[in-house]
Amino acid sequence: MKPKHLSLLVLTLLVVAAPFFFPSGFYYRIGALIFINAIAVTGLVILIGYAGQISLGHAGFAGIGAYACALAPEHLGLPPVAAILLGTALSAALAWLVGKPILRLHGYYLGVATLGLGILISMVLSNEAQWTGGPDGIAVPDLGLRGLLRDLGWRIGAGELWYGLAGTVMILGAWLALNLFDSPTGRALRALHGSEVAARTMGIDVARHKLHAFVVSAVYASVSGSLLALMNRLITPDVAGFMHSVQMVTMAVLGGVGSVLGAIFGATILTALPQLLTVFHQYEHMVLGLVMILVMIFLPDGLLPSLMKRLRGRDGE
Amino acid sequence: MNTHKTLALAALLAALGAPAALAQIRIGATLAETGPAGALGDPEARTLRLLVEQINAAGGVLGEPLELVLYDDGGDPNNARTFATRLVEHDEVVAIIGGTTTGTSLAIRSVAEEEEIPFISLAGGIEIIDPVQPFTFKTPHTDRMACEKIFEDMQAQGIARIGMISGTDGFGASMRTQCLSVAEAYGITVAADESYAPGDADMVPQLTNIRNTEGLQAVLNPGFGAGPAIVTRNYRQLGIDLPLYQSHGVAGQAFIDLSGAENAEGVRLPGTALLIADQLAGDDAQREAVVAYRDAYVGRYNEPVSTFGGYAHDALAILVDALTRNGEADPDPVDLREAIEATSGLVGTTGIYSFSAEDHLGLDLSAFRLLEIRNGGWTPVQ
Repeated sequence: MKPKHLSLLVLTLLVVAAPFFFPSGFYYRIGALIFINAIAVTGLVILIGYAGQISLGHAGFAGIGAYACALAPEHLGLPPVAAILLGTALSAALAWLVGKPILRLHGYYLGVATLGLGILISMVLSNEAQWTGGPDGIAVPDLGLRGLLRDLGWRIGAGELWYGLAGTVMILGAWLALNLFDSPTGRALRALHGSEVAARTMGIDVARHKLHAFVVSAVYASVSGSLLALMNRLITPDVAGFMHSVQMVTMAVLGGVGSVLGAIFGATILTALPQLLTVFHQYEHMVLGLVMILVMIFLPDGLLPSLMKRLRGRDGE
Repeated sequence: MNTHKTLALAALLAALGAPAALAQIRIGATLAETGPAGALGDPEARTLRLLVEQINAAGGVLGEPLELVLYDDGGDPNNARTFATRLVEHDEVVAIIGGTTTGTSLAIRSVAEEEEIPFISLAGGIEIIDPVQPFTFKTPHTDRMACEKIFEDMQAQGIARIGMISGTDGFGASMRTQCLSVAEAYGITVAADESYAPGDADMVPQLTNIRNTEGLQAVLNPGFGAGPAIVTRNYRQLGIDLPLYQSHGVAGQAFIDLSGAENAEGVRLPGTALLIADQLAGDDAQREAVVAYRDAYVGRYNEPVSTFGGYAHDALAILVDALTRNGEADPDPVDLREAIEATSGLVGTTGIYSFSAEDHLGLDLSAFRLLEIRNGGWTPVQ
């Protein structure tokens, strides 16, 4: 079996088996949140891990996806599923437009430019109150899936439904990202990550490939935002905020930004940890910061890849 | 080494998974103890902890001790929703108190209504209880009522043309909308309508526009946090001598300290009896409740009481009263909801609550008191 298929198998097994260990319905909510975060983080793996470009503004695209689900059904009469697609189309278009000039920047400069983009989107969402409801947020219509299933004679709780739905979308997203890794585009992205000059010499259109990676990762973020909005039935501009962007990058880096499974692992830890730490919530940020510093110093590839390397190294002895 | 790892893992799982003992009445709360609304959420959390301790020391409710399960959502609605789900599904609480801001309250409300658990919000927004939802109640006055109270006073003084400067945060934006919609009913024209962002450090340009608007008779500033204090200071620096009205969002000592007592002199705002505990008439119905809460809070934390802690006090009082009337230590949520809705004449620090099927706020304008800041303290306007 190829490593790609093994990764997907492990992921699917974990998603399916985890509910057997849930002591209460609350864990479905945490599971669904983990999957929704993992979708956005998988997009960042393509951008940061494969192509080596940083973005500190991806929450902005999550915001577009989320508000598309709140606004399109009300103003355009679209069903929520079509609103998700509209959100991804808008995010992709914006990423393409903005990505063209700003992906010429490198390192810190790219980071700051994407940061600005994210902040702009979040400011628009909180200031255009007549459209977006302002800082208090706006209600999101029901996806209608639960009602549909009930009509088909299958009663299912909201927690279970969103666990299943977000889990399925996450596995699909991981599958696409893993496919991309070994495709010509994926190889081109990894080549330009290593050295843009060398990649260009090999005949790779560096600007075009960077732009593709940026657009694809924006689509992942947008879908993640849409699912969050539809699950919560209420969305506020926090979803597009700077802290959400940083959280996404932290999840990716913590788990291992070069690996899809690693990034999902990172999303799991950073989503579940605050729930474990409620007892010392004053120290939550300190603990997260400490974890981050320790990982960067001792496990620079991220948690999962470093652990796997350790294990393999031991096998070889 | 491996034993250590296993132990650590077991400890982690235990921290998340441990179901608690059931011989207690569990009350859930999710508040913004930290974050942008921390100045509101912190006294709320302190109040709940203090009162639960007091109630338990006095023998609990129906002979059972109360247990408070309190989470800090940092004012983020997504977190608030997660914690509300956790309170219902995992901690199995009988009711939820919380939602420091309107945004978090709306997030908690959707969980409470779905899972049919009584929920008492501590936020101002009118949309929380309008239209009325069966399981959702709230203790603070709405921002619409604050506007009405202020306009009543303006009307009494013959003020008909005002300027407004509002924060663009949730509180300021919502109150601005409400004030604009009720102004006409009081014969008031809003001739200047300025705004500032929550992080702004200087409001001189907006206030200059207001100063240059012809024929204004007063200025109103809907907002909370540091913004209104900066407005007040700039207002005096520019030498504007029109009456300045603030909202109930700044009804705490912090506002006077931040703007400086000499700048805040003469500012009027709608507040609660809590701020003028010592000046209440001896036969005032709220006096006993207000003084008891204030003395307990100041005695424990050695800091002045704020209106926000008062909202939490009232929410817990309503809940305890309903639990007692319902008479079961393990109440059915629907029965408890009925008991809360039947609350009548309950004296709180904010006002006297009487809920009904159409009214889940249970206060009227009379509970609001118009206050004026004099010599760095609060004085009721007669």
